Amino acid sequence: MLDSAEIEALLLSLRIASIAVLCALPFALAAAALLSHSRFPGKSLVDGALHLPLVLPPVVVGYLLLLTLGTRAPLGGWLLAHFGIRFAFSWKGAALASAIITFPFQVRAIRLSMEAIDGGLGDVAETLGASRLDCFINLTLPLALPGIVAGAITAFAACLGEFGAIITFVSSIPGETRTLPLAIYSALQSPGGEVEAARLSMLSIALALAGVTLAEFADRRIRMFAGR
Amino acid sequence: MSISVALRHDFGNFKLDVDFAIGKPGITALFGPSGAGKSSIVNAIAGLLKPREGRIVIGSEVVLDTARRIFVPPRQRRVGYLFQDARLFPHMSVETNLRFGWRRASTRASEEEFAHVVSLLGLEPLLARRPAKLSGGEKGRIALGRALLSSPRMLLLDEPLSALDAARKNEILPYLERLRDEAKLPMLYVSHSLDEVARLADTVIVLKDGRIAAQGSVFDMLTDLDVLAQTGTPSYGAVIDTRVTAHRKDEGLSVLGFDGGELIVPSLDKPLGTRLRVRIRAEDVMLATEEPRMISANNVLSCKIGAVRVNGPAHADVQLSCGKAMFVARITHASCDRLALAPGMQAFAIAKSVLVDPQAD
Repeated sequence: MLDSAEIEALLLSLRIASIAVLCALPFALAAAALLSHSRFPGKSLVDGALHLPLVLPPVVVGYLLLLTLGTRAPLGGWLLAHFGIRFAFSWKGAALASAIITFPFQVRAIRLSMEAIDGGLGDVAETLGASRLDCFINLTLPLALPGIVAGAITAFAACLGEFGAIITFVSSIPGETRTLPLAIYSALQSPGGEVEAARLSMLSIALALAGVTLAEFADRRIRMFAGR
Repeated sequence: MSISVALRHDFGNFKLDVDFAIGKPGITALFGPSGAGKSSIVNAIAGLLKPREGRIVIGSEVVLDTARRIFVPPRQRRVGYLFQDARLFPHMSVETNLRFGWRRASTRASEEEFAHVVSLLGLEPLLARRPAKLSGGEKGRIALGRALLSSPRMLLLDEPLSALDAARKNEILPYLERLRDEAKLPMLYVSHSLDEVARLADTVIVLKDGRIAAQGSVFDMLTDLDVLAQTGTPSYGAVIDTRVTAHRKDEGLSVLGFDGGELIVPSLDKPLGTRLRVRIRAEDVMLATEEPRMISANNVLSCKIGAVRVNGPAHADVQLSCGKAMFVARITHASCDRLALAPGMQAFAIAKSVLVDPQAD
């Protein structure tokens, strides 16, 4: 049904999106907890900066990544020399770009669900002997689970569609960085590639539908768990 | 276990300045109108509010001393707190809720004690349920159990019944009474309901505008006309500590004796000698200067008038002593003048209705 190049693009897309979402999750949790539970000077500035990838053209994000993490850029060169980690022109770069672009989706969803938690629960937990960390792990995280999952699903879907930042930062290398949208684009660029583009587009649509259905199902189960 | 509390704190224009001690187990009511500073006091004891100045000692441990920069965080204070809204954890079963504080306690109650609290509060059928669909009364009992199982040194109850209707209140009140009668824990009970205070409290601290207006036993406080007038609350009729002294089975009546006389109530299924607290509302007490003979009321008590105080345009409160028990009768100025009531006079109080609280079985 699918040829090997199509399967390659599909699996690569799924892998990059999963890794991007999972790696960004701890940072998103920390950022959401910080924004929802504490007050500090410059909070609105931090809030704004976190939302920047949402409003910047993805090409600009890709370009900035190239400037900082390219093999000849100071940070990129240092990482390569000391740790052998290379982001430029590698799937890791694609995952990093996707993670940055979709970070605001995760933070926003988690933050909203954390803010919706009754603050009084933390007080009662403290009088029952729970420390702050204990409260975070046993109250905040489980009660924010609907938001965490919703944010992860939204971010995952957005990762699957990411184009501008990936092509700018890591180019379109088959089997390395050529995800579904990049494959569709390159099929359209080559003569006689319309059928290929259409097949890949159908695949994207099927993937999106499966994702939405799964998200709906997960949401229902989790709300039941969270006792709402 | 004694607890001493001294606090000074400002909330804008409102100043809280209190100093009191709780000497023994039982229920001490913090009574006063809303905005008198009741909740701030319990929050400071729990450690949820850091007062500007203060010193709080629970047993032998100083949990707060602003002069010496001591502040023990809430989780180390071992103070159980029952909030107005039960605040159960919605994602945990009732049993996990109950075990939340239990698991974290430094000296954990045994499984036998766990089972005892569960059965004391009638929670067995609820253990596997989630809190979301439980009634307010059930939630309140679970929250009470959760606080008790955290091995607290004292219990703070911040208007735990005010959000409940009368039927739900009656689901919890008997348990609170039983807890009071077990007398293991000092409890500080915040309330603005005279009925709750009359039914539950042993000692009453009356608060007004952030200060203590009066404190004393519930029997004295609720019949003290001056104290209650200060806080703008009507005085209560009487709270009397009685014992079941006789059953008159053929008449369907029981006799409750107290220091000053006896009260006759519809038959009670209690053994002789059982201690019972009864309440009589001021509105339910009539006065006569001569002993009424042909009268349907069963309870006619000979007493002495202590004080007469104007209460509103039409009414006056008359304080009466009957042995050691104190009563208040609310009558009209007109009746007061007609009977020429004055302090020191002998009078007869006729109690139209005596409230005997239902007990937990």
